[in-house]
Amino acid sequence: MTETRLPRWAGLVALPIVNILAALLLSGLLVAAIGADPWQALLVLLRGAFGYQEAIGFTLYYTTNFIFTGLAVAVAYHCGLFNIGGEGQATLGGLGVGLVCLYADALPFYLVLPLALIASTAFGAAWAVVPGILQARRGSHVVITTIMFNFIASTLMVYLLTHVLIRPGQMSPESREFLPHTFLPFAHQALAWLGIPFARSPLNLSFFLALLASVFVWGFVWHTRWGYELRVVGANPQAALYAGISPQRNIVLAMAISGALAGLLGVNEIMGVNHRLLLNFTAGYGFVGIAVSLMGRSHPVGIVLSSLLFGALYQGGAELAFEVPRVSREIVVVIQGLVILFAGALEFLFLPLLRPFVKAA
Amino acid sequence: MEALTYFALLLDATLRVSAPLVLAALAGLFSERAGVFDISLEGKMLVGAFAAGVAAHYAGSMWVGLGAAILVSVAFGLLHGFACITHRGNQIVSGLAINILAAGLTILLGVTFFRQGGRTPQLPTEARFTPITLPGAEALKDVPVLGALWSELISGHNILVYFAYAAVPLAAFVLYRTRFGLRLRAVGENPEAVDTAGLSVEGLRYQAVIICGVLCGIAGAYLSIAQSAGFIKDMTAGKGFIALAALIFGKWKPVPTLLACLLFGFLEATAARIQGAFDLTGASDAVRRAAEALPFVIEALPYILVVLLLAGFVGTATAPKAGGIPYVKER
Repeated sequence: MTETRLPRWAGLVALPIVNILAALLLSGLLVAAIGADPWQALLVLLRGAFGYQEAIGFTLYYTTNFIFTGLAVAVAYHCGLFNIGGEGQATLGGLGVGLVCLYADALPFYLVLPLALIASTAFGAAWAVVPGILQARRGSHVVITTIMFNFIASTLMVYLLTHVLIRPGQMSPESREFLPHTFLPFAHQALAWLGIPFARSPLNLSFFLALLASVFVWGFVWHTRWGYELRVVGANPQAALYAGISPQRNIVLAMAISGALAGLLGVNEIMGVNHRLLLNFTAGYGFVGIAVSLMGRSHPVGIVLSSLLFGALYQGGAELAFEVPRVSREIVVVIQGLVILFAGALEFLFLPLLRPFVKAA
Repeated sequence: MEALTYFALLLDATLRVSAPLVLAALAGLFSERAGVFDISLEGKMLVGAFAAGVAAHYAGSMWVGLGAAILVSVAFGLLHGFACITHRGNQIVSGLAINILAAGLTILLGVTFFRQGGRTPQLPTEARFTPITLPGAEALKDVPVLGALWSELISGHNILVYFAYAAVPLAAFVLYRTRFGLRLRAVGENPEAVDTAGLSVEGLRYQAVIICGVLCGIAGAYLSIAQSAGFIKDMTAGKGFIALAALIFGKWKPVPTLLACLLFGFLEATAARIQGAFDLTGASDAVRRAAEALPFVIEALPYILVVLLLAGFVGTATAPKAGGIPYVKER
């Protein structure tokens, strides 16, 4: 997609903004068509996302999930791979966290936490490494295999939660609640220890984990030899081969890191918020991670910013559905779809608009 | 005899469950053989099902519903084409966007129109495709084997089921025995050659995504106004992806794809039936656990089979060579 060499400001800032505006404009028209006032809807959405402490908490809680899945897509992307198995990898990551919290809860929190982190990354990585190996060794396309692995993961989870991990004597497919000492502290609790009052929200300490992961990805991809090799394979596998870099090894490595990052979503959802294993906690975050990564130009800074955008859309959209009854919650899903369409598939649609401002193309 | 009846019922269910898979897989076949990968079969089926449910409700006619399903599904196909063919966008990203858009729009609009939590109103029988009794089915009912086969298995489906299975030889004929089919396949293998021959790569690919849209629309209409009496949110429930899996498992060829659809349909029909079908009194714990897990294994089997196929453990599948790559006429 490098048909034109754009100046940095145009490719990194102007084009994504124009694309988002197009998606929002179309969403606004849709809201108007449904019979609500789009301007009022936008205000409600913004207030719902940032207007008060609880709203900010919710926005950042969603942001956490998007950072994990966005980074996961980005790392694979730098190696020239399209990992659309974030849903499955996050599901497995959550399973890993859940198993630790269910069966290692005799341990104190400072041991449960590292175990949960290891389990979530290991389970997520394992679920991504298999498609990675199949791509590297047998040439099976990672896009198709990761889609299939999403479905296998979801079937596996339904089986486990209906027959193995379900709390006895209960109808709904959920495990028992974890012991309270294994919960990851909420932000309002942590802030209370510091003497700062903050409204209750699902925001928990995994938000910092997400920021740490972003720093890790930045350091790994751009400042280590491994990251360099990974990018070379992504840019030109042939050149990598001649430079003595193994494309196979890097494909597997990239998928492992990608899956591990997606798996960390389980820490936020299972250990931080739900405190039990349940179905569908990935709720499409894995797919939206693709949009997040696209918009963030596969760079951690961009990913954190676009995660914040999607987090605000999620929370603001929920608020919108609550305040404006004509608009249902699925408006958020529609906006996501439009953002992916404009920022991803139709990335250069509005390039002609920018032409007058771009000197030499 | 009882086992035979059970088996006949199972096959009957297989034909019904497989029909939308066949339609969607053929849709994918046309698109992907022309070099446009399409993971949005699911989304197009969903919007088709929704449009059919809405239109059939307002017009009171299943034919209007079918037409609406085709129109809307083709519109989304053209969107995919606009993004991937005209603007050379990433085909996977575009497909993903369409799937997400379809999931959101159908519920959003469904709630706006009917306020029933995303479903469309229950359709009366005359606004649905209902089972057809084929000629002679009643008369031949008592003839052993063949007569029973005709009246129980072949007869008594709705017209879209027959269309789905008739579409397979039709698709094979179009793809392998017509000039259009040759060009369509060529554009998926070597677009430069087609371009050099003076044909429009973009034009051919657009025709392919339109055919894909038509078939996905029919598959969607089958779900909402033939199999059920109205649209329910997320009613495709992954069928578009199973169809995609069948297409790959069928190695992008019409007849093997049909067989893959029948296999996957059979697995689905079986999984639905064996849950709690075994008498497990006195069975050991391990047997009981295995029996519990069996339906889930069967449910996941299509996906596992595709992974094994792609890994080269059960034959090889070669995708159309130019699939997924946008065509740039001049560099």
